[in-house]
Amino acid sequence: MTDPTPALRLEDIVKTFPGVRALDGVSFSVMPGEVHALMGENGAGKSTLMKVLGGILQPNEGRIIINEEPAVMSGPLDAKAKGIVFIHQELSLADELSVAENIYLGELPRKRFGLVDWPRLEEKTNAILGKLKVGFDARTRVGDLSIANQQMVEIARALTVDAKAVIFDEPTASLTDAEKVVLFDVIADLRAHGVGIIYISHRMEEIFKITDRISVLRDGQYRGTLNTAETNEEEVTQLMIGRKLDLSRNASHHELGDVALEVRNLSCGRLYHDVSFEVRRGEVLGFYGLVGAGRTEIAETLFGLRTPSAGQIRLDGQETRITSPADAIGKGISLVPEDRKTQGLVLGMNCRDNMTLPQVDDLTAGPFVADGAEIAIFDQYRDRLDIRTPGWKQQVGNLSGGNQQKIVIGKWLSMHPNVLIVDEPTRGIDVGSKSEIHKLVRDLAAQGYAVIVISSEMPEVLHVSDRIVAMYSGRIIRTFTSEEVTEDNLIQAISGIGEKVA
Amino acid sequence: MQPGALSTFLKRGAIWGFIVLELIFFTVAGEFLSLSEKAFMDVDNMLLLFKQSAPIGIIAMGMTIIMINGNIDLSVGAIYALSAVILLDSMTWPVFAGLGDWVIPVGWLLALLTGLVLGALNGLIVWKTGVDAFIVTLGAMLGYRGLVFMYNGEQPTSHLNWTLVDFAEAQVLGLHTATWFLLLVTAAIWFLMNRTVHGRNAYAIGNNREAAVNAGIRVGPHMMINFMIVGFLAALSAVVFYSESGSVNPNDGELYELWVITAVVLGGTKLTGGAGSILSTFGGVLAIQLLRKGLSHIGADTETVNLVIGLILIAVLFLDRQLNVKGKEELKI
Repeated sequence: MTDPTPALRLEDIVKTFPGVRALDGVSFSVMPGEVHALMGENGAGKSTLMKVLGGILQPNEGRIIINEEPAVMSGPLDAKAKGIVFIHQELSLADELSVAENIYLGELPRKRFGLVDWPRLEEKTNAILGKLKVGFDARTRVGDLSIANQQMVEIARALTVDAKAVIFDEPTASLTDAEKVVLFDVIADLRAHGVGIIYISHRMEEIFKITDRISVLRDGQYRGTLNTAETNEEEVTQLMIGRKLDLSRNASHHELGDVALEVRNLSCGRLYHDVSFEVRRGEVLGFYGLVGAGRTEIAETLFGLRTPSAGQIRLDGQETRITSPADAIGKGISLVPEDRKTQGLVLGMNCRDNMTLPQVDDLTAGPFVADGAEIAIFDQYRDRLDIRTPGWKQQVGNLSGGNQQKIVIGKWLSMHPNVLIVDEPTRGIDVGSKSEIHKLVRDLAAQGYAVIVISSEMPEVLHVSDRIVAMYSGRIIRTFTSEEVTEDNLIQAISGIGEKVA
Repeated sequence: MQPGALSTFLKRGAIWGFIVLELIFFTVAGEFLSLSEKAFMDVDNMLLLFKQSAPIGIIAMGMTIIMINGNIDLSVGAIYALSAVILLDSMTWPVFAGLGDWVIPVGWLLALLTGLVLGALNGLIVWKTGVDAFIVTLGAMLGYRGLVFMYNGEQPTSHLNWTLVDFAEAQVLGLHTATWFLLLVTAAIWFLMNRTVHGRNAYAIGNNREAAVNAGIRVGPHMMINFMIVGFLAALSAVVFYSESGSVNPNDGELYELWVITAVVLGGTKLTGGAGSILSTFGGVLAIQLLRKGLSHIGADTETVNLVIGLILIAVLFLDRQLNVKGKEELKI
């Protein structure tokens, strides 16, 4: 590259918390018109760095330089005024207000006496929306938009200022593939207009598709910058974790046991239709499909959270009805839910209490809870799953994502289920913990559990599953064995292109 | 020491620190301002303080578990009044005329049953309709109070039974009957919340209801049990108080729900549920009663007392918020 002025440069940023050096001399720069990926495991310091950049935290040392001028961000508004704009993973929009009101929230154009200048507001908004080529207008109620379109509103908000740098934090976490394409177009457009872009994501395919350079953080330290065109996933991963991630295809073949769960012609309203499959003991059955294809809804039905409108469920050959989660648990079905923080864990409680939550009823001495028995269970699964925590008294909310997920898995293993359903086992989990969770899932199958894994990540599904169910729009398109499946035929099946096989 | 242990200690101990502060302040201020010769920290005065804390305190224990569970109950004041009416009136019913003093346990039983049933009704509606507990118990507050007025119009309901009064005024090991009830209830609820499955599940439901459901916990029955407990305790509070006073006005117990909630919140229980401590609620109850007593000791009138308690409540919650901000990680809003 010639030597243009970086849109944004960070110099030796240090941020310490009591006992922790969260950022230890981080430096990197974003050129105008560049998409720069920022990668690192959870806890590597990405979030802290972004908070420093957004003025939410003040660095202990180091400088932030925007267009060659040192800048001090006093807060999020100040950062925005200086041209640093964030598109967060979690959207912060007011559902009941219109698109225009959301975009200009806090800075609505005014007439005399402080009245809102509606025509001008609409005109300005539509001008921005026109640039983004979206299918809605200024008056649309934000609550009526899809998640992807709501994200567009966030982006539109970013465009109201003269943005020097836009930071995308896991923007594709809740988008479908089609929606991702639109997002990437917008990013390409921003870049063409000379905006510097910082792109934070765990998803390698995206990183390699859209970024120019990749900077890696590990343990709060800057580990280097790579040119995307000259590197590969392995090199980046190694930089992030200091070792390689094994995502080879599942090769282990052990004896399968009896059919533990059989589903015949199951339907649930418009969510999914005529779904049939079975899982054997010792087998991992993968479910792959786009968001909204009906995978999670099937899991929820099996766990008693939804009532099917037709079809049968058989457990160990016996036809059964599952009426509630309590009923499902009693029948030996466990669900590790999609979002562990809101659905799986009681964040304010300690590790032990979370782990024993479904069976605390049985762990009593007289009318009282039996502490000793609980601690014994916790210790057993902490050792078996290698959960890293200072002790059982630790609040679950303070653990890393990987360890939290292990607590949820341990919770269900301690119930000795017949069928373990794991929805998005590694969402939001760093690379190192990912491979541990994958290994764990394989081990569980080897120990004779029937395991269902639902995932949106193809390498993951291919890696852990013995067979893969491909779903599209509420239907099972095809069930692949691990010999049959290829990335191509799997993609075709879940996009609704593949041939229909029962 | 674990990280965060100091702030946890500060939070847990805050209410007791506040009580010590009150004691010191009123003792010193009392020396200059008090009209009476007696010291504030007089033994009899303190024993009386416990006794006077009992009516609010007993209900506050129930309110704590309701709030930890993520609900609220605004109808406790009305349940208190209605149970009191049933207690006093039932002892005059002709049916029980032949019972002599055995009418006392019968009256108690009927009063407690009233509280239990009204609480169960609240719980059942919250469980089965899914309407927010705030709304349900707001309606119940008006409705139950209506029943009190329907019973005897604007007239007070009175009945004095001297055996009962003797019992209520008795002092065992120096403590009044009402104080013993407060202590027993506190201990029982503490065990319930810290040592039983019901308590554990109540915390879990209040903290993350969805996760609790996903762990197979049946949320509805737990909520209903809690509403029954708080209803029962509101009735017990009435039983303890009116056994001695022997006369209930139809608007007795009004605003009790707010005093109770004030005590609970002062003790650090979160309005959003999932966190709270029985012992701290006990501290909250004492702190309010101390404040009332102390302010009147130094010659302030009732209106001033309410103003001061209101201000202190806000100040305490503000302090609590400051202590709760974890490092500087929390967003500035």
